[in-house]
Amino acid sequence: MTAPLIEVRNLTRHFRVRAGMFSDARPVIAVDGVSFAVPAGDVLGVVGESGCGKSTLARIILGLLEPTSGDVLIDGKSLAGLDRRERARLIQPVFQDPYSSLNPRRRVRDVVGMPLMAQDGMSAAAARKRVDEMLARVGLDPVMAERLPAELSGGQRQRVAIARALVLHPRIVVCDEPTSALDVSVQAQILNLLSELRRSFGLTYLFISHNLAVVEHVASEVAVMYLGRIVEQSATQTLFHAPRHPYTKALLASVLTPEPGLGIPETGLGDAMPDPANIPPGCRFHPRCPVAIDRCSREAPTPMHDRRGLVECHLEGAAS
Amino acid sequence: MTGWRNWGLWLGALIVGTTLLVGMFAPLLAPHDAFAFNLSNRLVPPFWMEGSKPEHFLGTDQLGRDYLSRLIYGARISMLIGVTTVITSAIIGVTLGVIGGFFGGRIDDVVLFAITARLSIPLILVALAVVSLVGSSLTVVVMTLGLLLWERFAVVARVTTMQVRTLDYVAAAWSAGCSRSHILFREVLPNILSPLAVVATLEMALAILLEAALSFLGLGVPPPLPSWGLMIAEGKEYMFFSPWVIMVPGLSLFVLVFGINLLGDGLRDLLRTGRTA
Repeated sequence: MTAPLIEVRNLTRHFRVRAGMFSDARPVIAVDGVSFAVPAGDVLGVVGESGCGKSTLARIILGLLEPTSGDVLIDGKSLAGLDRRERARLIQPVFQDPYSSLNPRRRVRDVVGMPLMAQDGMSAAAARKRVDEMLARVGLDPVMAERLPAELSGGQRQRVAIARALVLHPRIVVCDEPTSALDVSVQAQILNLLSELRRSFGLTYLFISHNLAVVEHVASEVAVMYLGRIVEQSATQTLFHAPRHPYTKALLASVLTPEPGLGIPETGLGDAMPDPANIPPGCRFHPRCPVAIDRCSREAPTPMHDRRGLVECHLEGAAS
Repeated sequence: MTGWRNWGLWLGALIVGTTLLVGMFAPLLAPHDAFAFNLSNRLVPPFWMEGSKPEHFLGTDQLGRDYLSRLIYGARISMLIGVTTVITSAIIGVTLGVIGGFFGGRIDDVVLFAITARLSIPLILVALAVVSLVGSSLTVVVMTLGLLLWERFAVVARVTTMQVRTLDYVAAAWSAGCSRSHILFREVLPNILSPLAVVATLEMALAILLEAALSFLGLGVPPPLPSWGLMIAEGKEYMFFSPWVIMVPGLSLFVLVFGINLLGDGLRDLLRTGRTA
């Protein structure tokens, strides 16, 4: 294994949420001791249901949120001391909703050129040329440059957002659900575009999604998050064909099938929604776990690393 | 675009635009000197009444001054007060609101306190007190109203800034390494202007009405300046025998404020439909 390009060490983020004027602030633990490493050129898919902390993780890595503790390293160097503009040259985001990720008052040319303008030290003519190149690379017609976002379709908007992310030639792109807001027919186009750009620019992706099919398609490695922790992580093939954590198994079982007769799949998870303000003691998954044993409610499992990856479950630890 | 179906917008714009032009070109449009009185020509009725004189289209007031000319100069005062008050209060309110909404935390607490404090001040009373202390002049009225009418700008600017601040395009600008001032002026401010435009029309109508009220109470624009509120005040003693002295400026005031409100409503609808994102 090569040295990781991006490494996350023990990242934790708490939020203090006040329920009312007179009640005490309660900590909400959105991300709890997350560690992973991604080698250059790889795609790490992060999956989990809403509220599991995957977007918080993305925002910390992008520098939009300060971590409560822990560190993000690129090429072994911590991001904490970096100037925002230096960080921008290394990491760029692609957000979920292309309707809210583009400033409705600015033309496509200005949206894509914004990161270049922020860096300064680039002439207007050179920046203009770079923007034109970038628009061509994401498959947008040059006439689009003078349009406003409202005049574009969802897919075109997401192409603009991708062009903006790549215009600085970053090394890492954090894709936070980049296809979830798009029509199914457009999703494949955007995914193919992202894969193609990754190869030609030598990019590393952190690909956050709740859509397992999308992650299986793009990711080389997958991390499953539950209530702020990575409960299982391994190569995509391994994870999809031989899931080990009961939560991963349930997630894979929950994928809807096109056959209408089958109805909504039964996950065995029950109806309880996980609440990051109220994390259960012991294994945080035990109240919903179909195979929980007595020990799960008392003792939190520790992550177990082996040749297949990482899993955090008492049953797996005992089995192997 | 709703086009011509949005008749309110066009009617409002027509009324406000006409008043603005009339005010601007008052010296050219007024048929007589608005300040010259002629006691032998007092209270001549307007054209639709018996005894009217063709040279005084809307009659004359109790001092024999041409009423149409005074009305035209009055439009100038009303528009002057409306526009300058809105500019002053918009600068104060938008600055406070955007700062509070953008930075949040302690700074926002201070802004919120200022808004609450301002809301608890009885507007007319303070205006009266200031004017009676400092003395009445056009500048004093404009400054007082401008310094008092900012709270709606602040409230709207604060809330819209808070909404825009959380949108992904602002996050994208942060991730791109943009400076704070870039984000404030290029990403946030342009996107909160449409609701503020609507607030501006409401505030303008309010300022014009407040000026009329202050002038009516004798604490606004000092005579002999022809303000519509002052014209109503001066005419109130003659109201029973010469009702037009109140009717003419009163109706003008009504039409102008109605027009401004139509413009504001129309603007709101236009911006709402125009913004698909």
